[in-house]
Amino acid sequence: MATCDKELDARGLNCPLPILRTKKALNDLTGGQTLRVVATDPGAIKDFQAFAKQTGNELVESGEANGEFTFVLRKKA
Amino acid sequence: MATKKLAIIATKGALDWGYPPFILASTAAALGYDVQIFFTFYGLQLLRKSLNHLKVTSLGNPGMPMPMPMPVLLQALPGMQSFMTSMMKSTMKKKGVASLEDLRSLCIEADVKMIGCQMTVDLFGFSPSDFIPGMELGGAATFFEFAGESDICLFM
Repeated sequence: MATCDKELDARGLNCPLPILRTKKALNDLTGGQTLRVVATDPGAIKDFQAFAKQTGNELVESGEANGEFTFVLRKKA
Repeated sequence: MATKKLAIIATKGALDWGYPPFILASTAAALGYDVQIFFTFYGLQLLRKSLNHLKVTSLGNPGMPMPMPMPVLLQALPGMQSFMTSMMKSTMKKKGVASLEDLRSLCIEADVKMIGCQMTVDLFGFSPSDFIPGMELGGAATFFEFAGESDICLFM
């Protein structure tokens, strides 16, 4: 697992909080930096794809293990 | 690409009905939309400084899941509404659903513009000081100035 510039723990949070916290966390990054988000909301899988598509921040990694979803986003340049 | 716009009309003053406008507004803002919400009639309750008074009711709402089957007349007994509201709030907390206050704060932080209906404020005898700072008062024409150019317009 590559290191990211920032980590966000969104476990236990329900829609729309993981996305809102992600947006906030991305604000602290500069273009090209990466953010890893861990969430437990099953809706997050589709939501993160949709978020990436609409905001232009690239979803570089997306995985699931033990009921936890991990996403890595690269902030838009 | 021009910024997309979402316009919402919020007309309900119940705890559960407060969620759709604030969830959609905050999410749209996170996706880069310009968002305005026009609060009219009972929707104005969502702009009160404290939201503690908001309740859910099962009356006239047969779709509300109940922990046990209960005749409607029993649901109308004094105290039932408060009881159901506290049950709903504790379930929401347990499931990681944000409080309405938190969602509203996130909307304000994300520059969602909130407009209170001037006519309803007068009708119900509210004072502007009953509402959160940052709320603007306006009428239908004010709303259309934004809604007329919106990509999405929702009535709730």
